[in-house]
Amino acid sequence: MTSSTIRAEHLTVGYGHRAVVDHIDFTLELGDLLVLIGTNGSGKSTLLKTLAGLIEPVSGTLEVSGGRAGSQPKTVAYLPQHPVSSHTLPLCVHDVVGMGRFARLGLFGRSNDDDRRVVLESMRRTGIDSQADRPLRDLSGGQQQRAQLAQVLTREANVLLLDEPTAGLDITGRRLVNDIIEQERLRGVTVVMATHELSDAERATSVMLLAQRVVAFGPPAEALRDVHLRECFGFTQPH
Amino acid sequence: MNFFVEPFTSNEFMMLALIAGSLVSLTCAIAGTFVVLRGLAFVGDALAHGLLPGIAIAILLGFSGVIGAAVGAGVMMGGVGLVQRKLRLSGDTAVGLLFVGMLSLGVIITSRSDEFVGDLTRILFGQLLGVNSTDVVWQVIALVVVALIAFVCRRPFLLLTIDEGLTSTSGFSVRLFHNLLLVVVGITVVASFQTVGTLLVLGMLVAPAATGALFARRIESMMIIAGVVGILSTYTGLLLSYHFDLAAGASIVLVAVAIFALSATLHEIRSAQRRHDELPHAHGHVHL
Repeated sequence: MTSSTIRAEHLTVGYGHRAVVDHIDFTLELGDLLVLIGTNGSGKSTLLKTLAGLIEPVSGTLEVSGGRAGSQPKTVAYLPQHPVSSHTLPLCVHDVVGMGRFARLGLFGRSNDDDRRVVLESMRRTGIDSQADRPLRDLSGGQQQRAQLAQVLTREANVLLLDEPTAGLDITGRRLVNDIIEQERLRGVTVVMATHELSDAERATSVMLLAQRVVAFGPPAEALRDVHLRECFGFTQPH
Repeated sequence: MNFFVEPFTSNEFMMLALIAGSLVSLTCAIAGTFVVLRGLAFVGDALAHGLLPGIAIAILLGFSGVIGAAVGAGVMMGGVGLVQRKLRLSGDTAVGLLFVGMLSLGVIITSRSDEFVGDLTRILFGQLLGVNSTDVVWQVIALVVVALIAFVCRRPFLLLTIDEGLTSTSGFSVRLFHNLLLVVVGITVVASFQTVGTLLVLGMLVAPAATGALFARRIESMMIIAGVVGILSTYTGLLLSYHFDLAAGASIVLVAVAIFALSATLHEIRSAQRRHDELPHAHGHVHL
């Protein structure tokens, strides 16, 4: 029995027949963290959406949590980049976070004490519990981002696919998100995260630098070498 | 007191109109909540206008207008999906094309026959004061069906209001539940056209739900507020219609829109007040 939770071989991702990134090969084990780094339009979100099963791979092999991408809603959770039309939604934070349990409850399941405990615990971990009864639309962008992350945590998934979870957060918020990701990894959760922040990659198992192709892939020290960063961004990080 | 009660107690048609209007208000409250949150107002409007040729053909063939309306709504919903999928047009372009196409077809059919002189006005603006007990029974059935679908599908419907990706990764088919949502809107529009007409049904679908969205913190409370606003609009509109000889359907919709405008103004004043209260003190003394 293999412990790999995501396996991509000769994978090409894109929209329809139009390839955005090709020649993607990687295998992630339980508790691994893969950080995707690249400029806007580099293919980070396209790859994450493919892993989440929202778009079909153009070609190649992809297995997520032991099945086809998108076929395991109870074990794979996805945080989209801009998830909420929060200006009209009359929902309080508690209810938005609780929606993370819908994948487990399906159409007819009744929520129980365990569901309620998970929701409260997720809000506490993301530091949003004090805002539980406030409408989501009244919250700042950073607070809304925390609520969305709490919703993803309530899924209790084995694979987390996070599209820029630290975007719009201050330094405290970014540290909190990275700490939560570490806690999840300790309980065996595999995480794939897209980010613009090089510092988010510090604790990664592997980093993939993208620029509509795979510029570099490997451990952070290897993938984030100056030559690769210059190729990807046109500059290197200050030492 | 007679001014407010007597029109309904002394006239059976007014009482029936109040009951029918209230049932439509409740159905619209459920469907309208999702229409407002998912941004389907234009689709709802197009569906309402798409009924016209269906109703006209049904009347020409001697069938009930309701059956024709249901077929018209079905054709419209299927057409929107087909055009979007096959022609890769944006949603509003596809809906807009079908909307004007169906409306034109309906007007051409009705203009070709003298039989439609009275019917066209009734279809476009409703005939609330002419509803009978059979119409009320149909509206009860529509309310029950819409409530049942909304209750069973509440989770995917809620997820759809947030994000299609979230819906899909939660294990719910976006296409299936979006289409079911359109079915809910279609049933509501068909059930409502006799009350306020195809031109004004969007007002009952959107105005009460939009009022609810201003104040509610939960979907259920948004629906309850929408239902209350809808019934209040029906009662007030009928009263105005009775005493001042105004068109009933239009009066109801105008009251619903007026309630929204008033509520939005109050909401803005309250929000501005709250923002002001949260600002730090501008004066110079020190708080110990």
